[in-house]
Amino acid sequence: MTDLQNNRLVSQVKHVWDNVPYYKNKMIDIGITPDDIKSINDLHKLPFVTKEDLRDTYPYGLLGVPLSETVRIQSTTGTTGKRIIAFYTKNDIDIWEDCCARAIVAAGGTKEDVVQVAYGFGLFTGGPGLNGGSHKVGSLTLPMSSGFTERQLQFMCDLKATILCCTPSYAEYLSESIEEAGLNDKIKLKAGIFGAEAWSNEMRERLEKKLGIKAYDIYGLTETSGPGVSFECVEQTGMHVNEDNFIPEIINPKTLEVLPYGEEGELVFTCITKKAFPLLRYRTRDICVLKRDDCSCGRTLIKMSRLMGRSDDMLIIRGVNVFPSQIETVLIEYGLSANYQLVIDRINHTDTLEVRVELSPEMFSDTVRGVEGREKEISENIKKILGISAKVSLVAPKSMVRSEGKAIRVIDNRKI
Amino acid sequence: MTIKQLSVFLENKPGQLVEALETLANADIDLRALSLADTADFGILRVIVPNPDHAFNVLKEVGYIVMINEVIPVAVGDKPGSLAAVLRILADRDIDVEYTYAFVSHSKDRAFVILRIASENEFAIKILKENNVTLITEADLFEK
Repeated sequence: MTDLQNNRLVSQVKHVWDNVPYYKNKMIDIGITPDDIKSINDLHKLPFVTKEDLRDTYPYGLLGVPLSETVRIQSTTGTTGKRIIAFYTKNDIDIWEDCCARAIVAAGGTKEDVVQVAYGFGLFTGGPGLNGGSHKVGSLTLPMSSGFTERQLQFMCDLKATILCCTPSYAEYLSESIEEAGLNDKIKLKAGIFGAEAWSNEMRERLEKKLGIKAYDIYGLTETSGPGVSFECVEQTGMHVNEDNFIPEIINPKTLEVLPYGEEGELVFTCITKKAFPLLRYRTRDICVLKRDDCSCGRTLIKMSRLMGRSDDMLIIRGVNVFPSQIETVLIEYGLSANYQLVIDRINHTDTLEVRVELSPEMFSDTVRGVEGREKEISENIKKILGISAKVSLVAPKSMVRSEGKAIRVIDNRKI
Repeated sequence: MTIKQLSVFLENKPGQLVEALETLANADIDLRALSLADTADFGILRVIVPNPDHAFNVLKEVGYIVMINEVIPVAVGDKPGSLAAVLRILADRDIDVEYTYAFVSHSKDRAFVILRIASENEFAIKILKENNVTLITEADLFEK
């Protein structure tokens, strides 16, 4: 594996140097050339790529092949200005689908299985990734996309789906709908491949019990291809990284130094095979732990733990990337203080966002209609900017909880 | 013909109302009338006090969000239908009342009512006068 990674890394660095001026300049800035990268031991010498780089170079700046060689884009769920577009060659898609196929096989999938893909299709990578992976395995694939629960249940029963692929929260919703419809006896599912959202072991146990399945985690991000960067096996003790395509590192997000396996830090990926959007040392902002152990499944691929958080302040609410600073901008436009709090919860499997902000004298009114009207107006503006609705609550000055003199900006009550 | 009403923003949490009232009590401010609007999340305390500017500063200094606005005080007979009669006059002229609250006067045969009009006070006052509604003054309100 190391030989393979060494060869692929060296050739990928050359590819990027020759074809992506933006990255070449980054290398020149710190005084390195492709000759300095002889093996994965030299990986740490390469500069990082961040989300900001992707924004600065939008849309074509990190493209590694002529546009005529690309065949598809996928995009993140982010909002205006934060949207990221990833390009794929035919071969890039092939590699990505292989990665997804491995995830399905690791979950026990074979050509005898019926795979119900209930991730969204379109710009979102979930649907297309698992759909392609399922084709590669040779399973009968049901490209359901998300939503239309009644139809999901009908196909699940009539076509005897055995593997369900969707977000864990949608799986939970489906499991409840199955119960309500009294269809438990008609369900033939044996496994679920759930990702694109953080979820806990408790949620796993609940889903496994309710659906009578084994539930497997899957990880990926649009920037590096999509789902299938890593996936769980029967042991369910972490996700095997497809190391022949992605080299993972864990860094300290403050000092940027590389941390040894077993330590918690920010996950960084170097894509060593894909050519159209070839990110080197991409900082995912996801916090986790890498470990190399003897897995009982026989795979020697390194494992990453469940995600433990994020190193930036980005929140993912209803699948939308939200930065508190975007909300702050709206509040300040209304002359409201920067004393605000975002309270996030998950009610009936849907994320809710409440923006609590200290009232200013100018915003006050002696009528309930007046105060509620202001709240509604701010809420509408937040929706315009973020694309998700938020409940705005005006609160009394100085009523926000402060810790060590600093305001606590985000209260995430979601039980994941 | 209008008087100043003081409004205070309160969160809908235990102890909020009493703390605001204690602040006024400690400054020796007498409440002539009080009304409270409440929602699930917040409340608006409205009071009529002898020196509203002073009370405004007292509350503002300790961090309350306060405002002063003009409301119309009227006197009505202390008998069934007298407030309804006043409101009917306004309704017939399409004058919206945001809210209203009543309190006793020191004379037995009449009660006082505060009217908060959604539109211009001047027009409402003109209509009330034309219909012989008794508009009262600050002196009437605070007479003991």
